[in-house]
Amino acid sequence: MTRLKGEPALQAPVNVSPKRSRFQRILRDKWMYLLLLPGVIYFLLFKILPMWGVLLAFQNYSPFLGFWGSEWVGFEHFQRFFSDPDFVRLMRNTVILAIYDLIFFFPAPIILALLLNEVRISIYKRTIQTLVYVPHFMSWVIIASISYVFLTTSGGIINVLVERLTGSQISFLSHPDWFRPMIIAQIIWKESGWGTVIFLAALAGVSQEQYEAAIVDGAGRFRRMWHVTLPALRSTIVILLILRLGNFLDQGFQQIYLMTNSLNRDVADVFDTYVYFMGITQGAFSYSTAVGLFKAVVGIILIFGANHLAKRFGQGGIF
Amino acid sequence: MKIHNTPAGRVFDVFNHIILLFIGLVTFLPFVYIVAGSFATESEVIERSFFIWPQTFSLNAYEYIFSTTTFVRSIGVSVLVTIGGTIVSLFLTLTMAYPLSRKGLIGRNMLLNMIIFTMVFSGGMVPTYMVVRTLGLLDSLWALILPLAINPFYLIIVKNFFQMLPHELEESAKIDGCSEIGIFWRIVLPLSKPVIATFTLFYAVFYWNDFFQALLYISDSSKWPVQLLLQQIMNVADTRLGGEVDTMFQEPPAETLKLAVIVVATLPILLFYPFLQKHFAKGILIGSVKG
Repeated sequence: MTRLKGEPALQAPVNVSPKRSRFQRILRDKWMYLLLLPGVIYFLLFKILPMWGVLLAFQNYSPFLGFWGSEWVGFEHFQRFFSDPDFVRLMRNTVILAIYDLIFFFPAPIILALLLNEVRISIYKRTIQTLVYVPHFMSWVIIASISYVFLTTSGGIINVLVERLTGSQISFLSHPDWFRPMIIAQIIWKESGWGTVIFLAALAGVSQEQYEAAIVDGAGRFRRMWHVTLPALRSTIVILLILRLGNFLDQGFQQIYLMTNSLNRDVADVFDTYVYFMGITQGAFSYSTAVGLFKAVVGIILIFGANHLAKRFGQGGIF
Repeated sequence: MKIHNTPAGRVFDVFNHIILLFIGLVTFLPFVYIVAGSFATESEVIERSFFIWPQTFSLNAYEYIFSTTTFVRSIGVSVLVTIGGTIVSLFLTLTMAYPLSRKGLIGRNMLLNMIIFTMVFSGGMVPTYMVVRTLGLLDSLWALILPLAINPFYLIIVKNFFQMLPHELEESAKIDGCSEIGIFWRIVLPLSKPVIATFTLFYAVFYWNDFFQALLYISDSSKWPVQLLLQQIMNVADTRLGGEVDTMFQEPPAETLKLAVIVVATLPILLFYPFLQKHFAKGILIGSVKG
């Protein structure tokens, strides 16, 4: 047999039985599986096991009878929840907050990133960035506490100013009308700076030539911002918008929990806080699990819908 | 390139700088006031509604905080949970991410799908609570660490980062007789310092800031972290709103004390922020490419 120059004299054996090689591969990677073990145990215990817990929603769970002894009631809790006036109230509160969030909070980091991107004095830009990132790293307890200190009717600076201007004070913390604006203002204050990170990273990839070409074509600052900078952000904006739609029902639980009190509860309660109050503080385990399950199922539909949308927009989907 | 600036452009620049300065001040001044107020006397805080420098310095609030067991103990709890939790989280995340980054590993896709599924669907608060209770973790500091020990987003980012490391390094190490664990320990981890630094900081911030896990699982007030203590103090201060009252504090705490507790609960973040900032933007974007 003639051998061409450079061709290997022997081929590696190709006909090893796939079953044996599979076993051998697992054996060969035994250390890898050992490394995986703690993480897998974590997921099984704290993520997968609670998924079976949703069966509580179909029971009249009693802590004395336990999971196996409790009575099965089918969809009774769901029926009760859907016919409860609380359902409409929770739905309305959640959806309104989500819409406010989309209208007022969503554009904030984009606008801030555009403004920051126009700054050419790099030390000034970096100083402002450093400042606006800080609140992201503060806990919601800190944000809530700062809000209390500034908004309280007993000497909070905002109310002192309001009183000087209008002669009377506003009870921001307890009046239901102020709950939603306050929540949105807090999110803008805490997260819009941090939200610029991803947009500024996208802008770093825009080639200078595009700006030069725009200048040659006689575009001023605003037209360059409109026709060059903003389109560069388009795919990032679309992806984030779709992700946000997927999490439509997830209002910041800790934040809302912290700002809720007996006077604004009517507009403040969302699904997550309701589950907490009913389930953990009042011990209605089965009922609140049913509410939580309803929210999770709607959430999953929204996420898959959003992912489908992302693919349609040619963004390749999120997963 | 020198961009020629038109008069309109210059006006824009001026306005832009002013707007950004305003935004920066609005972000920053509340913190300045909180710190200044915590070092002021009680009467100054009540009389002057806003200042960024106290007229007379007073350490009363801090002296009170560090002389009561309640505060000192809760700071201890927070420090312990932050350090312990960060170590546990990093260990679990890194050891799980590395095998998952190896494309030939059998079962890898199944595990990745499981992780993604848990990101989309969860049993919810009450079933998780039941699991924690069944494991006997209620009122144990482990309950503040274990239930959220792995952040699946971080896990995926670290996995993607490992995947981008040049595979040749591992192969040559293997030829030199290095074991699998040895490759992970001596080659992969040292190359991943920026990512490890980023997620160390993120996990630490998470544990330090958490109050909700403690609210759920810890009823013994001697095991409360600082954040939960602060929340309870604010709640008490807010009783006229009808918030839940805790019997631990008989009198509403003084104004400077509230400010000082906010400072204590924020301090580690502000102290570590410069180090944090060096890493995070780079670190978070580094492995987030889809893989």
